[in-house]
Order: sequence, then structure tokens, then C-alpha cells
Amino acid sequence: MGNEESVFFSRVLTELTLSFHIIYATIGVGVPLMIMIAQWVGIKKNDEHYILLARRWARGFVITVAVGVVTGTAIGMQLSLLWPNFMELAGQVIALPLFMETFAFFFEAIFLGIYLYTWDRFDNQKKHLLLLVPVALGASFSAVFITIVNAFMNAPQGFDLVDGELVNIQPLVAMFNPAMPTKVAHVVITAYMTSAFILAAIAAFRLLKGSDHVYHKKALFLTMKLGLIFSIGAAIIGDFSGKYLAEYQPEKLAAAEWHFETEGEAPLMLYGVLDGQEVKYAITIPYALSILAHSDPTAEVIGLNEFPEDEIPPLYIHYLFDTMVTIGMLMIMVSGLYWLGKHMRWRFIHSRWYRWLIVAGGPLTVIAIEAGWWYAEVGRQPWILRDIMKVPEAATTSGHVDTMLYLFATLYLILGVGSVVVLRRMFRKNPVEREIADREAEVREGTRKGGDHR
Amino acid sequence: MSLEVLGITVLMTFLFGYIIVGAIDFGAGFFNAYSLLTGKEHILTNVIQRYLSPVWEVTNVFLVFFFVGMVGFFPSTAFYYGTTMLVPLSIALILLAIRGSYYAFETYGASGHKGYSFMYGLAGLLLPASLSIVLTISEGGFIDMVDGQPVLDYGALFTSPLTWSIVFLSIAATLYISAVFLTWYADKAGDRDATELLRKYALIWSLPTIITAGGIVWELRSHNAEHYNQLLGLWWMFALSGALFIGTVYLLWKRHNYGLAVWLLIGQFALAFYGYGIAHYPYLLYPHLTIHDSFTNTAMATALIIAFILGLGLLIPSLYLLLRLFLFNKDYVKGRKKDEHA
Ligand code: HDD
Ligand code: HEM
Ligand code: HEM
Repeated sequence: MGNEESVFFSRVLTELTLSFHIIYATIGVGVPLMIMIAQWVGIKKNDEHYILLARRWARGFVITVAVGVVTGTAIGMQLSLLWPNFMELAGQVIALPLFMETFAFFFEAIFLGIYLYTWDRFDNQKKHLLLLVPVALGASFSAVFITIVNAFMNAPQGFDLVDGELVNIQPLVAMFNPAMPTKVAHVVITAYMTSAFILAAIAAFRLLKGSDHVYHKKALFLTMKLGLIFSIGAAIIGDFSGKYLAEYQPEKLAAAEWHFETEGEAPLMLYGVLDGQEVKYAITIPYALSILAHSDPTAEVIGLNEFPEDEIPPLYIHYLFDTMVTIGMLMIMVSGLYWLGKHMRWRFIHSRWYRWLIVAGGPLTVIAIEAGWWYAEVGRQPWILRDIMKVPEAATTSGHVDTMLYLFATLYLILGVGSVVVLRRMFRKNPVEREIADREAEVREGTRKGGDHR
Repeated sequence: MSLEVLGITVLMTFLFGYIIVGAIDFGAGFFNAYSLLTGKEHILTNVIQRYLSPVWEVTNVFLVFFFVGMVGFFPSTAFYYGTTMLVPLSIALILLAIRGSYYAFETYGASGHKGYSFMYGLAGLLLPASLSIVLTISEGGFIDMVDGQPVLDYGALFTSPLTWSIVFLSIAATLYISAVFLTWYADKAGDRDATELLRKYALIWSLPTIITAGGIVWELRSHNAEHYNQLLGLWWMFALSGALFIGTVYLLWKRHNYGLAVWLLIGQFALAFYGYGIAHYPYLLYPHLTIHDSFTNTAMATALIIAFILGLGLLIPSLYLLLRLFLFNKDYVKGRKKDEHA
């Protein structure tokens, strides 16, 4: 296998592993927070339903964590296996957050073990809730640290390059690079948003499938409210991300917007097709690109023609960006209308079609996550470390990458199908109606709730 | 102590941690599968499940910590080992993934298919074998430099007796460590049948462990004389390690104080492991890579060590809490606390 093939297959394998990991990782970041909120609401309102909600979410969470952990271990090692030259170079500057991430995992793993196995150990639920705090913190901080590494790839700093050698290295400066604030904030808040909408989708689905239990209604209202807050946050921080790009990676923004000539009063183009440098059939929003880039409708936005041809990312990222933004706007509307409808007693939010829309929101936000990452990563091409190292220079020279790709693809297929099957079976076998009935019977019989019953 | 020695000591400590907790985990999976095969599952499953369930994710983090730390402190290892180890480590990753996820699927999803348990058990044996290849390669002689790129010579690797001794040692040691630990755990749980069975396994696997360990030293004499001579220089560590081994076996034989037996076992492996590691100094990969020329810059090393110390301040109390709540909690171990998971 020639080196070109190694590069190609390394890319495909990285894309595959990351795209698969990110689904579970996003759930891993967001769901602990949701569990925490539900359990907290349950304790505060003294409402068993919310506590049960937290408990059932936690049960499902174990399965997604497991897949998150094993695929994360895979990508962690693959970084060295597939991109040894990159890791050798970048490791000297950016190893710190990568190392700190393992502590975040450690912290999370320990307390997750404790949390899961102590549901009935404490008489005071608050103590049990307290154990979840380190889980949620650990998960969010692992996202923060890994995203810092990724931000560094987009805006490397904290060192000097002298004759191909890195000197004068400052690990903290490298961590706090210009890409870091917006990237970290956007990744974390979209993880919360996605988790909220996935859980909302489940509740809406149960309601559609004939259950009319108030448990699902409470779940739906809670998750939609959270989803609304986080999706508005995601859009605001997304807007800041655009401003970051305009300043530090103008080629990524220009490629996403098919913006060729540097000019002021730039319009935002949604969808459409490209004919040479001409954009056809697009939805044009006047001034919007100037506003996204610089908060000023007349500001000048740098166009693609300013860059050498071989440093322009693939132009299909336009569609990825549009997909992400469309889904973001759609979800703000769906959750906003739902929230408003609840207060105004609008009937349509309880209709079947609206519930189906909420169900669709779960997978859609996952698609937005994928589109966002693909946009951010492909938009960095041809660089692996912007302006310093190109992707082909970074890749392994090993000749067996293609075989490994097939092996891992099979693995992810098994894990993906396995996790869905196991989750479905888990909740089918133990529907919430029965669990609630069981608990009520237990209380009625006068057995002490929690503690050492049985 | 120079920064690179400090760095490698930290990493070795985590690797050692992984070897011990990983071995307990891998071996437990194997014994579980084996007991299914021989119809003795009712004896073992309970003890094994109670130990494994709350800690399986923690085990994995030890490994992640090791390889992330390795690339952090010694970035050049990414170049040498990363390029050459694609196949063996990918296989290890796949085994690890299958094992970890099926454990969760089985335990929490309660699918209860026997086939999974066998796969789980088998993966637990293949894993130490495939991970141990790294150790073999580090002895040198299997990597050629072609056009400035390291290339692994599979033919030499798979025909070398050294490779196979290390593979056998890793399997035997896994089962031995696991059996000794679980004997103690079962004893604490007051489960007589399980204790007896596991004690028997421990005694059975003690001999192959010590024989293969000796075999490796002997192989090294012809394979890597430099390492061999340095090992001889540290003979007292290995002698002490051997004495602790005898102590463990004696206690097991006499059915005496299994807790002490576990500590002696840990001491035995620690002495052998650090002895081996010290003798390896300064090479990370004979003869291409030493800890000095692969070391990261001082600024990064200092930052990593500070992060490490701060991290430990967070981890040690947490780990202590985990152990207290599960491993050393009488009610939990005995299964009297009906802690329902989620
Ligand atoms: C639920 C997912 C989701 C949603 C609804 C949005 N985003 Fe996003 N976006 C992400 C998920 C995401 C992401 C997966 O988190 C990315 C990929 C890499 C990153 O830093 O965040 C991302 C990257 C990303 C970038 C590139 C940042 C960079 O490369 O440094 C920009 C400019 C935006 N987003 C802007 C927006 C805007 C204006 C949105 C308006 C609603 C929006 N995003 C919604
Ligand atoms: C430690 C941080 C990261 C490193 C070192 C890294 C490394 C890489 C590398 C080497 C590539 C191959 C470049 C190419 O395909 O041309 C790549 C592409 C990609 N990465 Fe990242 N990445 C990081 C973070 C992430 C994260 C957190 C995600 C999200 C899941 C991600 C998603 C992707 C995707 C989707 C591609 C495909 C882009 C393409 O087609 O080129 N990356 N990344
Ligand atoms: C190149 C990119 C990435 C690498 C190298 C990576 C590495 C890892 C590793 C090694 C693990 C397993 C840790 C363990 O054993 O517990 C893991 C799991 C995890 N990763 Fe990733 N990761 C990447 C991308 C991401 C991103 C983008 C996020 C968040 C947005 C993320 C969040 C998580 C979380 C939360 C877990 C814990 C598993 C869970 O709780 O579900 N990772 N990752």
C-alpha cells in the first residue's frame, strides 16, 4: 500500500471513529446534567416521578457510557497509531489538556460507579444526588479538555517554530488559544441541547405510543424547557463562533458561505448550488454574513479568492453549515412554541403531528452535531495543524490501515446495533407504568422505602 | 531525580496499576466463562459480579492514563510505537471494546446469552497476550528502520521464543493474580465454596507463572544481553520477589490470612515489575529510543507533573471512597446490602 493510500484510509478511519464516538460522547456529556436536574426537581418538589425519571435515565446512560468509553479509548489510541507524526510534534505543546482529560475521566468513572450502586443506600436522597455532581463535572470537563486540543489544531500558538523545531513552548498559552472560548462553549452547550432533545423525543414517543401517564408529560415538559434554553444558548455562541472564524480562520467561514470576493454588506446564502463561482437558487439574507462575521451590516468579509488554491477547504461544507444552522433554528422554534403553547394553552402542541416533530428533534440534533463537527474539521483542510502541518505529512506509513478500517467498521456496527437493542429491551421489559405501580405497592405494604428492604 | 525519570516512574506506576486491576478483571471474566462450561457458575458468578460491577470503568481509565501520559511525556514514542504497533494495538482495542461493552450490555441490559460470556472470557485472555507484545517489541530486534520509518518485522516477532514466553507469562500471571485476589474477596464475602474453588485455581496457576517468568529472563540472555546483565545487577529485587511468591503460595496452601497473601502478591509483582523496568533504563525501545532523547520539553514536563500532582489530590480521596464503599464494605461484599444499581 502506497503512502497516499495510508493517508486516505487513516482519514476515513479517523472520520469513522470520531463520528461514532461523538454520538455517545455527546450523550455522555449532556445526560448526567439532565439526570441531576431531574433528581433535584424530584427532591425539591418531593415528587417520586422525577426521581424515577432520573433513575431510568441513569439506567440507560450506563449503556451509552460503555460505548462512549470503549470508542473513546479507541480514538485516543488511534491518534498515535494513525497520526504518529502529528502526535510527536503537537504532543510537545498540547499534551497538557489531553493529560488533564484523563483525570476528568477518572473522576467521572469513580463517581459513576458509586452513584449507580448506591441508589438505595442513603436515606437522604440529597446525599445521593451529591454523588452525581462529580460525574457531571467530569463529563463536561472531558469535553472541555478534548475540545481545547481540537481548538489548538485550528489556532495553534504557544511556541515558536525555528527550522522545523518547536522552541519556547508555553503549555498554558497553547491551551488558551483564540479558538478555545467559542469552541469549548459551543461544544458543551450543544451537548446539553442534544441530550435534552433526545430525552424529549423519548417522552414524546411514549406519549404517541398510547401511554398517557403523567410521568411522560412531566418528562416532556422538563426536557423541552431545558432544550429551549440550551438551543438559544447554542445559537448565540454559534454566532460568536462565526465571529471567531471571520477573525482567525476566514477561509473556513468563506468556504462555508461560498463567499468568493472580499466585500462589505455581504449576504448570507442558504443552500443553493454552485456554478463556477456563481451561487444559484440560494435563499439570500441580505447583510446577514457581515452581521455574523462582524456584527455590522456593512463590514467587509474576506473572500476565498484571497487564498492560494491549495489551501481552500472543500466547498461542500456549505451544506454542512446550513444543515447545522437550520436544525438549530428549527429546534428553537419547536421548543419555543411548545413552551409558549403550554402557557397559552394552545391545543396543537398536544397533537400527534407536533409530537412527531418533537420525536424527530432527537435524531435531528444528533445530525446537527455530526454536521457541525464535519464542518469544523473538513473546514480546516488541508491542515491538521493550521499553517504548520498538512494532513498527509501527519499520517502513518503503515500498510495495514485498510484492514483495520474494515475491522473497526464491523466493531462499530456491532456496538451501534447492540446498544440500541439492549436499550430497547431494557425499557420494554420494565415499562414505567409497572415500575410506578410496584413502587406504590411497596409503599402501601408499609415496607420502608429505600434502605435495607427485602 | 531528573524530570524524565520522574515521568517514567509515574507512568510505570499507572501501568502497574493497570496490570493488577486489569488482571483481576480479565481473569475474573475467564473464570466466570470457565465455570459456565463446567456447570459451576452458581459458585462464582455472584462473587465476581459484585466485585466487577462498580469498578469496570475505572480499570479502563488506568490504561488510557498510561498511553496518554506516555505520549505526553515522551512524544517520540508516538512515532516509533504508533507507526509499528497499528495492527497489534488495533486488535487489542477491538477486544477491549467488545469486552467492555458486552460487560455493560450483559450486566445492565440483562440479556444473559451464554455466548457473550464465553466471548468475554476469551477476550480477557487474548487481551493481556496482545498488549504484552508491546513489551516484547521494546526489547529490540523486531523493528527495522526503512527510509527513516520504523517497520515491524512480523516474521521475526512471531517466531521468537521470547515473544511466546512473554505471551504465556501474561496469561498465567493474569489468571494467578485474579485467582489470588478473588480467593480473598470470596473469603471476605463468607462464600466457602467460591473460596475453595478460587484457591484451587490460584494454586494451579502459581507454578506456570513462576516458570514462565524465569523463562523470560533466560530468553533475554540471548536476545538482549545488555538488558539481561542489568537484570542480574538487580538480582536482589528478584530474589525478594521470589520470596514473596513463596509466601503467597504458602498462605494459600495453609488457608491462612488471604488478605496478607494478596499484599504479598502485589509486592511480588511490584518488585519484579520495577526491577524489570529499572533494568530497561534508559531504553524505551532498544536500541532506537531512550527516555532522554524522546523526552518532551521542560516546560511541558513541568506542567504535566504539576497537573499530575493536582490530579492525584482529587483522585486519591475518590478512589479511597470507592474502595470503602464497595471493596472494604462488609455489608456490600457479603451481598447483605441490596444495593440496587440505578
Ligand atoms: C446540536 C448541534 C448544533 C447546533 C444546533 C448548532 N451548532 Fe454550530 N457546531 C456544533 C453543533 C451545533 C458543534 C458540533 O459543536 C461544532 C463542531 C465543532 C465545534 O467547535 O462545534 C459546531 C461548530 C460551529 C462553527 C465552527 C466553529 C469552528 O470551526 O471553530 C460555527 C461558526 C457554528 N457552529 C455556528 C453555529 C450557528 C450560527 C448556529 C445557529 C443556530 C449553530 N452553530 C448551531
Ligand atoms: C484531540 C483532538 C482531535 C484530533 C487530534 C483530531 C484529528 C483529526 C485528524 C488527524 C483528522 C484527519 C484529517 C482529514 O481527514 O483530512 C481529523 C478529521 C476529522 N475529525 Fe478531528 N481531531 C480532533 C478532534 C475532533 C473531534 C473532537 C471531533 C468530533 C467528533 C473530530 C471530528 C473529525 C471529523 C469528522 C474529521 C473528518 C474531516 C475530513 O474529512 O477531513 N475531530 N481529525
Ligand atoms: C479526538 C477526539 C477525542 C478523543 C481522543 C477522545 C478520547 C476519549 C477517551 C480515551 C475516552 C474513554 C475514557 C475512559 O476510559 O473513561 C473517551 C470517552 C469520552 N469522551 Fe471522548 N474523545 C474525543 C472526542 C470527544 C468529544 C468531542 C467529546 C465531547 C464533546 C468527548 C467526550 C467524552 C466523554 C464524555 C467520554 C466519557 C464516556 C461517557 O461518559 O460517555 N470526547 N473519550
